[in-house]
Amino acid sequence: MDEVRFLNAGDTAVTVEFGNEISVAINSRIRAFNIALQESRIPGIVETVPTYRSLMVHYDPGVIRYAALERKLKGLLSGLDKVRIPPSEVLEIPVLYGGEEGPDLPFVAEHSGRSADEVIAIHSAPEYLIYMLGFTPGFTYLGGMDESIATPRLKTPRVRIPAGSVGIAGAQTGVYPIDSPGGWQLIGRTPVRMYAPEREKPILPEAGQYIRFYSIDRAEYDKIAEQEASGTYVCKRHPREEGAK
Amino acid sequence: MSITVLHPGMLTTIQDQGRTGYQQFGVPVSGAVDPRSAAVANILAGNEEGEAVLECTVMGPQLRFSEPAVIAITGADLGPTLDGVPMDNYRAVRVGAGQVLRFTGPRCGCRAFIAVAGGLDIPEVMGSRSTYMKAKIGGFKGRKLEKEDVLDLRAPGTEPKALEARSIAPEFHARTEYTLRVVLGPQDDAFTAAGIETFFSGVYVVTAEFDRMGCRLEGPEIAHATSGDIISDGIAFGAIQVPSSGQPIVMLSDRQTTGGYTKIANVISADFRILGQLKSGDKVRFEKVSLPSAQEALLAQRASLRLLRHVLDG
Repeated sequence: MDEVRFLNAGDTAVTVEFGNEISVAINSRIRAFNIALQESRIPGIVETVPTYRSLMVHYDPGVIRYAALERKLKGLLSGLDKVRIPPSEVLEIPVLYGGEEGPDLPFVAEHSGRSADEVIAIHSAPEYLIYMLGFTPGFTYLGGMDESIATPRLKTPRVRIPAGSVGIAGAQTGVYPIDSPGGWQLIGRTPVRMYAPEREKPILPEAGQYIRFYSIDRAEYDKIAEQEASGTYVCKRHPREEGAK
Repeated sequence: MSITVLHPGMLTTIQDQGRTGYQQFGVPVSGAVDPRSAAVANILAGNEEGEAVLECTVMGPQLRFSEPAVIAITGADLGPTLDGVPMDNYRAVRVGAGQVLRFTGPRCGCRAFIAVAGGLDIPEVMGSRSTYMKAKIGGFKGRKLEKEDVLDLRAPGTEPKALEARSIAPEFHARTEYTLRVVLGPQDDAFTAAGIETFFSGVYVVTAEFDRMGCRLEGPEIAHATSGDIISDGIAFGAIQVPSSGQPIVMLSDRQTTGGYTKIANVISADFRILGQLKSGDKVRFEKVSLPSAQEALLAQRASLRLLRHVLDG
């Protein structure tokens, strides 16, 4: 394992960096460290932001100065192997593939030399690790897409992509949580609201969880959309099995 | 009791001290770009420091008050007048029913903050009243103010005690060149020694590209050891990103929570009151300080706010 580095990010935050690559192993250490940090109740921690290879720790120097904080964080790191981390959760995200909701599915199929149904099967097979959230509220950076359906971005980005759109950009896949411009190849749409500011928990996904997409038909899409509108939809989730793909 | 927007000005939004706790979900902090001035406006008006205020950019709004109220304006001097009569910044002022607050034009600084005694009646979203326009949340309907918007007050008729004594000398002054103190990192090791030297010796000019998200500067090119790209990590307020172009961008309130450019240094919290007032054409130099002294400066600044409150409120 790489040596952990402490990088000052101004006078109220420190970036604790676990390596210099995107890997499941590094990300799981970040998750363990974040869990240990939440449980430690070190005074003065304001919030933490997990990313691909680091955890940014925002703190209040009026409560804890940097030197004291670094000592405590290093103490947590030395006991990290003993931290009991619960298995990650898998969020089941229903997707209506193709049609009006996924206008680029035919292009992705053509580009990868497969049928649309094969693309759907390949896209909905893996459990994708949520490495981090960023870019916009609720946007997940996912890892684990099958390279065989990797497709370059649109040459001309769309001005408005509806919230819930599921897309592919290069070897990445993801869901647009809010209406926004963008250049991803759209293969479908989920009726699940990844981001709902008025909800008690405004953002559904968390870094360290996994997402599995599953194909639904229009009737199911409409039913879930209706439940989302009335605030009664509960996203299916289950603990991830060790060794799952 | 309400305030009617007769003209919104260039960019007027409702901001408080920001939305913390949601960066891990990709939600930017937002909040006043000059948090110190927003806090001082609130203290002068007798509010809690973190109360929501109006952040007015360069060209201030025109506002009509339906009932008497007490307001305080801090930060930039955008030329405030009440029914055409010039009024002081950094002073709690009684506004009469029907009076109109106008701004004649910027004299120094970029952003003025208007606090209203008793606070604005704005719902909290994720624990904050700050507007984040890109996701359309917080503030007034998640957007900047527009003509004919009507802002309600939470506690009309609130008047702080010892109104006449509630003033201090303006805290922001125009300079031919501003110095921003910084602490190095998190990616100072991504630059050559010469690049770091350039950063600290050069004079950088604020370009026309400055908004609530960031402030793009132009000056001597800062040399990277290899490249300006990194695997995305977290971005703090005041982070100085240097992409491969070698030109710095200082990240402000509406910055994205994560980003993939190298960050050479971070402006210290105590100097956000200068950073938040920079506008196109202003000249900036960077000065290196140690982390302990940066934290001392922040705590001293907070102590001065407590002292101010103590002096005014007893």
